[in-house]
Amino acid sequence: MGYTAVKGGLDAILAAEALISAGDGRLNAAQVGRGARLLIDQVMGEGGLYAPELAALAIAQAEGDPIEAAFLLRAYRSTLPRIGYTLPSDGRRMRVLRRISSTFKDIPGGQVLGRTRDYTQRLLDVDGRFAAKARAAAPPATAIGGEGWPVFPSVVDALREEGLVRQTTDDPTEPADITRDALRFPAPRSARLQALARGETGFMVAIGYSAQRGLGAAHPTIAELRSGELPLQIRHPLTHDPVVLGAVSLVEVEMINHTAGGVGGATIVGGEGESSERFDLGYGLAFGRNERKAIAMSIIDASMNIPSNSGPAADEEFVLSHCDALESSGFVEHLKLPHYVTFQSALDRVRFRRLAQLSAERGTRNAE
Amino acid sequence: MVIDQQRDPQIPRSAFRAPRLSALAGAPEAYNYAFLDEVSKREIRRALLKAVAIPGYQVPFGAREMPIARGWGSGGLQVTLATLGPGDTLKVIDQGTDAGVNAVNIRRLVERTAPGVATTYSTAEATIIQSRHRFPEESLRADQIMVLQVPLPEPLRMVEPRESVTRQLHAEADYTRVWVHLYEDVITNGEISRASGYPVMVNGRYIMSPSPIPRWDIDKLHQSASLTLLGAGREKRIYAVPPHTNVVPLDFEDYPFRVEDFSGKRCARCGATDTYLDEIIVNGGGRLYACSDTAHCDERVSAERETRNAE
Repeated sequence: MGYTAVKGGLDAILAAEALISAGDGRLNAAQVGRGARLLIDQVMGEGGLYAPELAALAIAQAEGDPIEAAFLLRAYRSTLPRIGYTLPSDGRRMRVLRRISSTFKDIPGGQVLGRTRDYTQRLLDVDGRFAAKARAAAPPATAIGGEGWPVFPSVVDALREEGLVRQTTDDPTEPADITRDALRFPAPRSARLQALARGETGFMVAIGYSAQRGLGAAHPTIAELRSGELPLQIRHPLTHDPVVLGAVSLVEVEMINHTAGGVGGATIVGGEGESSERFDLGYGLAFGRNERKAIAMSIIDASMNIPSNSGPAADEEFVLSHCDALESSGFVEHLKLPHYVTFQSALDRVRFRRLAQLSAERGTRNAE
Repeated sequence: MVIDQQRDPQIPRSAFRAPRLSALAGAPEAYNYAFLDEVSKREIRRALLKAVAIPGYQVPFGAREMPIARGWGSGGLQVTLATLGPGDTLKVIDQGTDAGVNAVNIRRLVERTAPGVATTYSTAEATIIQSRHRFPEESLRADQIMVLQVPLPEPLRMVEPRESVTRQLHAEADYTRVWVHLYEDVITNGEISRASGYPVMVNGRYIMSPSPIPRWDIDKLHQSASLTLLGAGREKRIYAVPPHTNVVPLDFEDYPFRVEDFSGKRCARCGATDTYLDEIIVNGGGRLYACSDTAHCDERVSAERETRNAE
């Protein structure tokens, strides 16, 4: 009959593996660690694992593909035992390296611009001359903090004292863990924040942007963006005292949302004798200095906090079901897998209907 | 318990020089048997037991991150890894063939992480068969387990995008919208146009997606002697069809369910006229047909050769 079934899948896979493993000109993990710190931050966030050295290794291995690198981190993460959980941490305890507020000109503790590209001119620096000039023009450094770091008061706390934002209460229930229990909707806020913190940066920014452009009632202003290092503590297994394990590099955003009239409006009903006029709050947190994602996350969280809000950002099930980089890219890219059995089934349907259509037309023509 | 961090002593600078978490985590150690840790396997097995107890019901589970991509069989793989042990014989197929690239990849992962598990191309030899989009042609026995990879477990998604709503519709067995949808399909297209992943009623209670198997394979689920487990990793759902369970495709009396039509066609290799066929475009634009189940086809070819040699 002259037909041999196509085989050799294993050989093809081994050959592909050899091609991607060719080492020439490859960056190593140390080079990535020095030269691509912001990419490491993004990969750690989307990979759900704080491990800068491993993220650098993953980026080097993935030839700079952030989602592939996050995939490597996630797969590694799921082999690690859970030794324990840290105690709740308060962003006010952050060793602040940068801290800005857009709601007030000046804030207690001061604005600290820190290390940012925000106010630089985006010119390609071909021969490094611009960088050299910038270094030479540096004003004398001002040190913040002495032994131990100053605790910066929170901007939102000042508004809270005035009753302009909702009082927060400690939620004594254990936070949800979406890596252990499948998300179900409506999701508890802890599950929402966890899912968003692991969300893909590009998706989050696009959704946050859509809320800003008017798809929904959000009108956000950054009450405070702070980035730096936050110490994490666990309870000592014997003495039960809190013990500092180390610190993680984070960016935290508290977003004030003002919904003027209309949808959302005055959203929080106050106690007796109190005005119900309040701002809504949104919270964003990202590993490292992924400020873009933390801001987007706080817009999305704020959008979801506005009662009877509409638009993509306020649609919790839509956002949380589609924000994970590995789920979305995995399913989109699985289209590269062979689908010829299902396609054969579809061919059968289309051909059957074409035949039925053609014979019906022929029948009509004959009748005429 | 929440500690009052404001009242804690100042955290010394040295805290920030403490080793990074990654240093504490250490070097990647040898992977656990069958990749997943034992606690995860136990959780998946509990979900499987619940799924078997409620045929066709989608049990949520905490799908783990696997070293293969989500959407590429990570759900089926978790079910397989939680089910197999030393002494098992595993067959992995994709679109009916053991040699498909994704089948090869999954088989390699099991071979690498689960010593003592044999792998085979033979359906008869296998104790566990993981498959994407196909059932083997030959009927399975009571001592075999079929594991299907599922991309979209929710059969009601075509009429309702919200998970919170579909959950309720299932709970109340409120399937009116599905029936109306199928009716409208008949009106618009002249027949129910769903090609693969055809919705089925399981045990007279739950409407279930059989995974994107062709309609040809639906009958293999009905009153099967073997257990069928379905795993959706990205969607974090597990469900099952226990042995000897009714699995009935949704249809109307005057528009009955029909399988793919291969009348007048036969396999170009083994000559079979009773199997699901792959259509292959040959040079010059002609068509050629060959068995989708390549192991079954190989067995037929070698059996024929033996008969010829014996003669």
